[in-house]
Amino acid sequence: MIFWLARRVAVAAVLVFVLMSAVFFIVRLAPGDPLDRVVQDEFSAADRALLRDHLGLDESLPKQYVHWLGAAVRGDFGASLAQQRPAGTIIAEALPATLLLTLTAYLLHLLLAVGAALVGAIRPAGAWDKTVQGVGLTLYSLPAFWLGLMLIMLLSRKLGWFPAAGMHAPDAPFMGWWARQGDLFHHLVLPVTTLALGTFMGTARYLRAALDEILGQDYILAARARGLSERRVILGHALRGALLPVITLAGLSLPFLLGGAVVVEVVFGWPGMGRVAIEAIWARDYPVIMGTALVSAVTVVTGSLLADLMYRWADPRVRLTGRESA
Amino acid sequence: MTAAAPWWGDRRLRSGLIITLGLGAVAGLAPVIAPGDPAALGAAADRLLSPSGSHLLGTDVLGRDVLLRLVHGARVSLLVGWVSVVVAILVGTTAGLAAGLGPRWLDRLLMNITDVFLAFPRIFLILLLVSLTTPSLLLVMVVLGLTGWMPVARLVRAEALSLRERDFVAAARGLGLTPMTVALRHVLPNLLPTVLVAATLRIGGAILAESFLSFLGLGAQEPAVSWGSMIQMGRDHLLDGWWLTTFPGLAIALTVLGYNLLGEGLGQRLNPRGQGEGRDG
Repeated sequence: MIFWLARRVAVAAVLVFVLMSAVFFIVRLAPGDPLDRVVQDEFSAADRALLRDHLGLDESLPKQYVHWLGAAVRGDFGASLAQQRPAGTIIAEALPATLLLTLTAYLLHLLLAVGAALVGAIRPAGAWDKTVQGVGLTLYSLPAFWLGLMLIMLLSRKLGWFPAAGMHAPDAPFMGWWARQGDLFHHLVLPVTTLALGTFMGTARYLRAALDEILGQDYILAARARGLSERRVILGHALRGALLPVITLAGLSLPFLLGGAVVVEVVFGWPGMGRVAIEAIWARDYPVIMGTALVSAVTVVTGSLLADLMYRWADPRVRLTGRESA
Repeated sequence: MTAAAPWWGDRRLRSGLIITLGLGAVAGLAPVIAPGDPAALGAAADRLLSPSGSHLLGTDVLGRDVLLRLVHGARVSLLVGWVSVVVAILVGTTAGLAAGLGPRWLDRLLMNITDVFLAFPRIFLILLLVSLTTPSLLLVMVVLGLTGWMPVARLVRAEALSLRERDFVAAARGLGLTPMTVALRHVLPNLLPTVLVAATLRIGGAILAESFLSFLGLGAQEPAVSWGSMIQMGRDHLLDGWWLTTFPGLAIALTVLGYNLLGEGLGQRLNPRGQGEGRDG
C-alpha cells in the first residue's frame, strides 16, 4: 500500500512538472510583452531595459525556468507584473472564493443528480422519467455563461431577488457575523445554481445506469422477498450501492468544476481563481499565470489521487488486484 | 432496443436529424434566406427596437436586425464546430490507433501525454493558447481541435486494443499484411461507428466553447457574426434589450441540443453499450 502510494505520488509529481513546463514555454514563446501593460508611454527605451533587467526578463528562457521552478518549490511564485503584489498573495486571496463556489455547486449538483436518477429509476420510461431526461439534456446543452446571464436578467435585474455580481454587499464589513454569512449565501445562490444546473445531468445518467444495474441483482431480489417496501429497497439498498462510486470518485470531477468555475466567475464577477487567471493571461502577467496554472494542476492531480485512494479503500477488490499488478 | 426498428422510429434520432439538417440548411442558404449585410450599420432610428412585425427579433444597439445576424451567425458556429471536431478526430484517431496497435513504449508515451492534458481544466489551456496572438476564428478552430483529441484517442485506443485480439485481425496479420494496412483496412473501418458517435457528441461541446470564447472577445471578430459576440453586445442591455442576449443563447442551445440528440440516438444504434463523455467549455 505504501509502495503503491509512493509510486502514485511520484507519477503525479512528474505529471505536474511536465504540464508546468509546457505552460511555461507556451506562455513565454507567445508574442506580447508584459511590460506593455505596466509601463507608461513616457518610459524611455533605457528605462524599459532597466526594468526588464530588474524583473529578470532578459535572461535566457531555460534560466528563467530554473529560477521559477526553484522559487515555486519553496512556495514563492514571484511578484505579479501587473499588480504590485506577490502572485502568491493574489492567488491565496482568490482560492477560497473558488473553493466555496465549486464545493457548494458540487453538493447541489449531487442533490439534483440523485433526485433525477431516482425519479427515473422508480418508474422507468414513465412520464416523469421522460420529462426529467428531456429537461436534463436541454440544460446540458445550454451555454453556461448564457444561463448565468438569463438568471441575472430575470431573478436579479427584473425581480431583484438576488445580487447580480460579486461576493459581498458593499456594506458587508459593517454587518454582524450572521448577517455577513447570510449576505454571502445570498450572493452565492445564482452562481452555484448556474454551475450545478449545467453539470448535474452527467452524474444523473451515471447514477441511473448504476441503479438500473443494481436493481436487477440478487440482493435486491432478496430484499424485496423479505417484504421490504420498494421505497426502502431503492433508498436503503440500491441508492447506497450506486452512490458509493460517485462519492469516492468525486475528485475526478475537479477539472470540470474548475473549468465551469472560470465561466461562472466571469459572468458573476466572482473574485476567484478563474477571473484571476483570465486577467493574468490578458496582461501577460507571467508569475500569476504560472501560479494559477500550478495551483489548478496540483488541485486536479490531488483530486484524482484522492479518488484513487478512496476507491481502493471502499472497494477491497480493487485493492487486491491493484497489489497483484503492482 | 432492437436494431430492426426503423431509424425514423427513434424520437431522439429523428429530432436530432431535423434540428441539425435544418440548421445546416439555414447556415448554407443564409445569403438567400436573409439577404443583406449582417454587419452593415442600421439607421439611428432603428437602434435597440424591441421585436415587432418589421424586425421579428428586434434590432441591436447599432440598428442591425437580430434575426438577420442570427441566421448569418449559424455559419460561424457550425463551421467552428465541424472543423475543430474534424481536427480532434483526425489527431485522436491517429494517436489512438498508434497507441492501441503500436509497440508498448508508444502506447505508454501517448497515454501519458493524454493524461497530462486531461489533468488540467481544458478551458484554461484554450484561453492560454487563444490569447497568445491576435484572435481569429482559424486559431479558435485549431486550438479547440488540438485540445479536444485526448478523449477520442482514449476511446479509439480502447476499441483498438480489443479489436487487435479478434480473429480477423490476427488473420490479416497472419497473411503478412503490413501493420499500416492492418490498421487502416481492418481495424479502422470497425472503429468508425464509435468515432462517428464521439464526433457528433463533441460538436455540441465545440460550439459551446466557441461561443464562450467569442463572448470573451477572443473568437470571431467584426465583421464576422458570432452568437457568442452577439450575447456579449447584449450584456449591457439585459433589461432594455432582453432580446439581444436571449435569442442568440436560444440559438446556441438549439444547435447544441440538436447535435447531442443526434449523437445519443446514433450512439444507442451503433454501440448499445453507450458512452458517456465529460463536458467542456
